[in-house]
Amino acid sequence: MLVPRIIPCLLLRNSGLVKTINFKRARYLGDPINIVKIFNEKEVDELILFDITATVEDRRPPFGILEQIAGEAFMPIGYGGGIRCMDDVKAILSLGIEKVIINTYAVENPPFISDVANFAGSQSTVVSIDVKKNIFGKYDVRTHRGTKGTRLDPVEYAISMENRGAGELILCSINKEGTFKGYDIDIIRRITEAVKIPVVACGGAATLKDFGTAIKQGHASAAGAGSIFVYHGPHKAVLISYPEYSEIKNILKG
Amino acid sequence: MITIIDYGLGNLGSMLNMFKKVGAEARISADHELIEKSDKLILSGIGSFDAGMKRLNSLGLTTLLQKLVLEDKVPILGVCLGMQLLGKQSEEGNLQGLGWLNAETIRFKFKDENEDLNIPHMGWNHIEVKQAHPLLNGLEYSNRFYFVHSYHLVCSNQNNILATATYGFRFTSAVIEENIMGVQFHPEKSHKYGRLLLKNFAEVM
Repeated sequence: MLVPRIIPCLLLRNSGLVKTINFKRARYLGDPINIVKIFNEKEVDELILFDITATVEDRRPPFGILEQIAGEAFMPIGYGGGIRCMDDVKAILSLGIEKVIINTYAVENPPFISDVANFAGSQSTVVSIDVKKNIFGKYDVRTHRGTKGTRLDPVEYAISMENRGAGELILCSINKEGTFKGYDIDIIRRITEAVKIPVVACGGAATLKDFGTAIKQGHASAAGAGSIFVYHGPHKAVLISYPEYSEIKNILKG
Repeated sequence: MITIIDYGLGNLGSMLNMFKKVGAEARISADHELIEKSDKLILSGIGSFDAGMKRLNSLGLTTLLQKLVLEDKVPILGVCLGMQLLGKQSEEGNLQGLGWLNAETIRFKFKDENEDLNIPHMGWNHIEVKQAHPLLNGLEYSNRFYFVHSYHLVCSNQNNILATATYGFRFTSAVIEENIMGVQFHPEKSHKYGRLLLKNFAEVM
């Protein structure tokens, strides 16, 4: 049977890999190509890469780095950051990266999602949704790496993106990201109940058990995480790790 | 030399990357002369059935491939949509497939306790090898492959079934007919298991 995917989510900034907390306080981890090589050796299920400053700096995707990464990674890869035209979509696919992830531009120009899906197929068209919960418990979709509010309801927005042709959603809780406090199961479940397409849950994973919770209680199709795969110990030393396949099967079974 | 047929669909870069890793000579091309000079062919693709056939037809590749594969017996491996195109037709479209296998493609339909299964079937799954074949040497027991598809091929001739996989029910995940091979999953995205399959294709077939 199909085993749910456990996906490291890696953040590119300039030419380095970083990790953030609540989308802020970026800490440098190392060279992206070396780190991707290590994940490749560990046979990760899939990789998600975000260039977290491309949109904010009004920059195109870093094709040079992506080409080197794709040449070293023999698993499915998704890339997001600064994709705003079909030329970028085609360039990314031709490098050997099969999932095109759109975030800010999906809010600004929703028909673009249909264009991407018509060209590349829904399975390659992924919408990333960053959500922030305010002190009253209300959720807002945010763009530009979490810096801009949209007043869009995440559930309605997720449905609209599915209707436009998105084949997968990546849902990240800004409040939880980098905090090791566990996933926001409430919003994951509300989204997975509203759409039929696979949802990748992100933000907050601290233990392998959390993956199981996101999948079994949140009904996410896959669990994404950053910190847990790049940090080790109470002082957060940089150490790349990934569970053994048998461990993953165990977590998701019991 | 292996030619990965460039008919404008799918993610051929990663297939080329994997052959580089394997150490096999490969290129991406739609050029008839280069395709004719190839020892082996890859027909990889993602996208819709009709889009695939339309492109093959308009590039004149359908006729060329018929000759190379059926008369000259050049080994060919269809991957994902490329495997489905080996059959006669698909529920997904109206065009005729290549028709080399007595098979047709249908959409996943689930009943009862499986009704909630997501479509596409996306992720890593195990394949059950149904007959010994050089393409799957070393992959008989321990394997896992990356799948992403909403449709699956149904063979009329059981001897064409090389492997199956289970998602809601058991479906055909690899096919064989002499020099014609197909896999529903993506070997180019399946770590050492995919590398071994493509190495088998490059070296043994």
